[in-house]
Amino acid sequence: MTGSVAIPAVAVASDAERRELPVWRLLLRRPTFVVGGLLLLFWIVCALFGSAIAPHDPLAQQLLATNQAPSSAHWFGTDQLGRDVLSRVVVGAQTILIIAPLATAVGAVLGTALGLVLGYRGGVVDLVAGRIVEAVLALPAILVIFLFVVALGVSTITQILTIGFIFTPLIARTVRSAVQVESQLDYLPAARLVGDRSARIMFVEILPNVLPTVLVEFTVRLGYAIFAVATLAFLGFGVQLSTPNWGTDINANYVLLSAGYWWETLFPALAIASLIIAINLVADAIEQVLAG
Amino acid sequence: MAIYLLRRLGLAVITLFLLSVIIFFAGQVLPGDPARAILGPLSAESAVRALDHQLGVDRSLVTQYSSWITGLLHGNMGESYQYQSAVEPLLRAALVNSAKLAAFALVVIIPLGILGGVIAALYAGRPIDRIITLTGSSGAALPEFVTGIVVIVVFSVELRLLPFPPQIQPGAPLGTQLRALILPAVPLVFVLFGYIARMARAGTIEALESDYVRTATLKGLKRVVVIYRHVLRNSLLPTIAVIATQTGYLIGGLVVVERLFNYQGIGNLIFHAANAKDFPMLEAAVLTVGAVYMVATVGADVLTTVLNPRLRTEASR
Amino acid sequence: MTATEETAIPGPSAEPQATARVTHLDVTHRVRGQDRLALRDVSFEIGRNESYGLVGESGSGKSTVALALTRYLPRNGRVSGGSIRIAGRDPLALNAADLRELRAHSVSMVYQEPGKALNPSIRVGRQVAEVYEIAGLSRADALDHAEEMLRKVQISDPGLVMQRYPHELSGGMAQRAVIAMALAAEPALLILDEPTTALDATVEAEVLELITGLRAELDTSLLFISHNLAVIAKMCDRVGVLYAGELIEEGPAREVFEQPRHPYTMGLLRCIPRQGQRKDHGRLDAIPGFLPPPGQEITGCIFAPRCPIAEQRCREAAPPAIDTGPARISRCYLHEAVPDLPRNTPVDVQLSAPPKDAEPVIAVRNLAKTFTSGGQAVPALTGVNLDIERGETLGIVGESGSGKTTLARLLLGLITPDAGSAIELDGQQLSPDLRRRSQAQLKALQIVFQNPDSALNRRHTVRRLISRPLAKLAGLSGSALTERLTDLVRSVRMEPRHLPLRPRQLSGGLKQRVAIARAFGGGPRIVVCDEPTSALDVSVQAAILNLLADLQAKEQVTYLFISHDLGLVRYLSDRIVVLYLGRVLELGPAERVFGGPHHPYTEALLSAVPSLDGQRTERIRLTGEIPSPANPPSGCVFHTRCPRRLPTGICESTEPPLAEVEPGHLMSCHIPIDQLATLQGNERMS
Repeated sequence: MTGSVAIPAVAVASDAERRELPVWRLLLRRPTFVVGGLLLLFWIVCALFGSAIAPHDPLAQQLLATNQAPSSAHWFGTDQLGRDVLSRVVVGAQTILIIAPLATAVGAVLGTALGLVLGYRGGVVDLVAGRIVEAVLALPAILVIFLFVVALGVSTITQILTIGFIFTPLIARTVRSAVQVESQLDYLPAARLVGDRSARIMFVEILPNVLPTVLVEFTVRLGYAIFAVATLAFLGFGVQLSTPNWGTDINANYVLLSAGYWWETLFPALAIASLIIAINLVADAIEQVLAG
Repeated sequence: MAIYLLRRLGLAVITLFLLSVIIFFAGQVLPGDPARAILGPLSAESAVRALDHQLGVDRSLVTQYSSWITGLLHGNMGESYQYQSAVEPLLRAALVNSAKLAAFALVVIIPLGILGGVIAALYAGRPIDRIITLTGSSGAALPEFVTGIVVIVVFSVELRLLPFPPQIQPGAPLGTQLRALILPAVPLVFVLFGYIARMARAGTIEALESDYVRTATLKGLKRVVVIYRHVLRNSLLPTIAVIATQTGYLIGGLVVVERLFNYQGIGNLIFHAANAKDFPMLEAAVLTVGAVYMVATVGADVLTTVLNPRLRTEASR
Repeated sequence: MTATEETAIPGPSAEPQATARVTHLDVTHRVRGQDRLALRDVSFEIGRNESYGLVGESGSGKSTVALALTRYLPRNGRVSGGSIRIAGRDPLALNAADLRELRAHSVSMVYQEPGKALNPSIRVGRQVAEVYEIAGLSRADALDHAEEMLRKVQISDPGLVMQRYPHELSGGMAQRAVIAMALAAEPALLILDEPTTALDATVEAEVLELITGLRAELDTSLLFISHNLAVIAKMCDRVGVLYAGELIEEGPAREVFEQPRHPYTMGLLRCIPRQGQRKDHGRLDAIPGFLPPPGQEITGCIFAPRCPIAEQRCREAAPPAIDTGPARISRCYLHEAVPDLPRNTPVDVQLSAPPKDAEPVIAVRNLAKTFTSGGQAVPALTGVNLDIERGETLGIVGESGSGKTTLARLLLGLITPDAGSAIELDGQQLSPDLRRRSQAQLKALQIVFQNPDSALNRRHTVRRLISRPLAKLAGLSGSALTERLTDLVRSVRMEPRHLPLRPRQLSGGLKQRVAIARAFGGGPRIVVCDEPTSALDVSVQAAILNLLADLQAKEQVTYLFISHDLGLVRYLSDRIVVLYLGRVLELGPAERVFGGPHHPYTEALLSAVPSLDGQRTERIRLTGEIPSPANPPSGCVFHTRCPRRLPTGICESTEPPLAEVEPGHLMSCHIPIDQLATLQGNERMS
């Protein structure tokens, strides 16, 4: 058994009680988190109070002032119906910020549960599920989501569930491998020796230890959910609530790019980019902090 | 080794079969009646029935699946509803166009991504690493149409350097064809750079921190030799698998890029087929995407196994 | 060992040019924006051809010394004071090219895990040859030289090994290849950082012997770094003891270990069981307290907080290096008082003798376990019969792969045995399925795992960890639970203030105490201790062993004690089982099994262990590697490596039965016990 003797490279806790900073304090020390967090906060405020902030009514058409280039009256110009692009961008955060987090939450909950069962149980179920997951993953997620939305029609619920269900195997795969790492550790046999059953071992013993993985996975997937919602809208399957939608606006206007009317496409695109980058910065910071 | 290869191929075939089943039955779940879609909402109920019968969609699902898959295996992909002509030549032409675009993007991105990842790893924790890493992960998370729009606005609308929308005539000289590919390839390159660089970086850092690199350095080898001979050999293996999975993604990401640039590839084909509920076309095209992905991953697995002595030993057991 | 004595040199002062000289070395690590001293004012010299040992526990900075010498400190580390000279040059002042030159010709290094030191994707031969290529040889010549070097490190078929990839070599073989690579450059200084720690004792003995042999042959000085005092005693002329980054004592190895002049060295030595020491008399003495946290500012002696004889002046000013005799140094004002250092634990304690029962607590019949790996059946345990008596400690020894841990996990019900196996608890059949065992049966069997980091759920608090068996197995709740919890925490020498902490806030020793408390929570009757101290430092290990002994006396439990450390097993066990390739080769009272006459395998295991007492055992060499359990040898499974194999051929053809050779002493060997007694000499017969 000499092979398993571990001589720790660093001092095994040299003090009986080491103090450690809470995770949120460590996060606030990271510039990427602060920048990303502020940007994200900005869009959340826009989503909540957009109509109060927007300089114009985003729906008001001015058919005499269509396709106006950016000016002091219309900072981001106007679109082909003469609507104020800035106002539409400010208000447009709402749809995406409703659908994407809910969809990610659906995927995270189902994926974590599935990953726990597959990773802990293993065996035949794991093999069969693994095959099916791999078959689905052979198609790019965005393609699958697109096909489902085309089939089921455009609605908020459809988009949330479709994206959530597609995320489920992706998140399950990550959670499963984290669970398999945990399964090598001796605290699981220790729990079995007390007479604990599988369900308790999975949800009380293992789950808290894979939660950091789930958290990182959630933030990364949230970025991808926004990607997916925006892409669907760009392809002409955007949810039309009472408020404008960035992707739908791009879909309506991008053909005018060749005519030189770039502002009505570029600004919504930059809005999408800034939201995704914000989430990405936050995700990066969380990952770095949790990795130590 | 041969047994390993056979097993790996067998698994791929099983997965592909599962995929075909999923695609086929999902296609049947799509609401809407194909004949109704072809004939339009105003046509008579009896005409719709007759066309349904002619298309064979009134048979049982299992019968339909088996005749579909038998046809596929014999190279017969059926007839497109929307174009009223055989699927195969249309699909083939689109696939060739997409392959050109994908190949162009890959040729650019593989060396760039690896180089970026290795540089980031060599300067891990320094500003240049953070820049490469964050650019990469952000680029990978941005939808293709967003980056696409930015490059169109900059290079086409403002600078007028590159054509938009790009037109590819089959007979055009290679230079013109390549020029037309530059704009659509940029969004793909953005997405792929993040994934490939991330993997190359992780693999390189792991190798740099390993005991065997310490051994090599303490032998008195030059840094360049250590990196070339001892680091890269071990660090780039996992990157191969990532490149393979991304090849699969590439074909899917094309839906958006091809829409934006109105490029006549498989992505555009799928988009129109889905909108028109053109099942034979849609099923064949989606299955093709899956097959490309499977071929790429199997290829990567085999390559990784051949290049990694440890896996090679295990595989030949 | 004889080689060492022949080449022993008079001492560094007689040598005008030391191979390596470290003067007032400070090394600083920058952690979270703060500087932490990892090494403080360390000075030593290694003379030409000398073997110098650095000994210390984890966190002492011994590996940092090696990294500083080769200028391979991690990115956040730097030499912040003092100087280093190797072969007359200062590695810290060299430019890149000269540093490469120094590494190529003057200093080489071998470290703990041979498997990781070799590049996994390059053939072994190429990796060794690379060293010669750096020296300017052509590729073909380099390969020839590499083969020659591999032969020198006693690899029997170097041509074949050269074609192998590292993962195809056993640990011992890989370490030989690494040593060959290190010596190929004919360095002035060879640094060995825990070179045998990851190896089995029998392999360790071979590698150590190889190094001793090569030293005599080559003109190389050694820096030998280890946590294992006995290995250092065996391998080194002089030794330096490191504690928390300071060299607190130095001198000729034998003198330091026989007459230590620093309280820490003395404490360390008292932590290790010596020949004949047993849990009831000649108890181990633990060092109280903990290593100071890295980066803590300390005025005065760094060891003062843990020192039983510290005075006011020790806390006020750090003691200088004081000459305490010829070539001896101690950083202790009170070095003269060290021989009479007071103990923390009384030498003898009253441990009640285990009550003798007619019925064993556990009876194991025909226990077997076969794993499948890659479609192949791999027997891990074959036909084991065993009775475990109430209150006794049964030690299980054997090399890795011998089936020790499999046996323990089978008893606990963590894995299911092959059909036909039977385990009885108090005469009642135990279900192989844990879920089918009754509450009482679950309660009866518990375990202390090797590594508390793995065994304790890192998200749970100490309170939660220990309360679980109290609630679930002992059925306690409310104030009864709290009361028992407090008792239990006290009995493992912890305090209520530890209850709200999580494992990572505890030191290694405290974590293992939590694990022990948990094992005892349900009131078990049998506790399996699977290498319970091998993840711990020596000074912590002693306290855990004492604790286990006390708990056993108090709770009347039976121990199944698994360890690769024969000294520990001997110290703690009443009876011993020796396993080899999943079979029992010997079983008997500890004093008979260790004292002999014993099975040739036991003899080999014992003679592989270096001893601190300088007592030489005639080592019998084990030839060859452990056979694959998937394909065990015919006849006696040990015959392929047995140095005492009979010429008649019976060993190869017939498996000897496990027969009683003396009352209570069973052995599986064709050689009659009288003959074994003669062969092994009766020097240690009681």
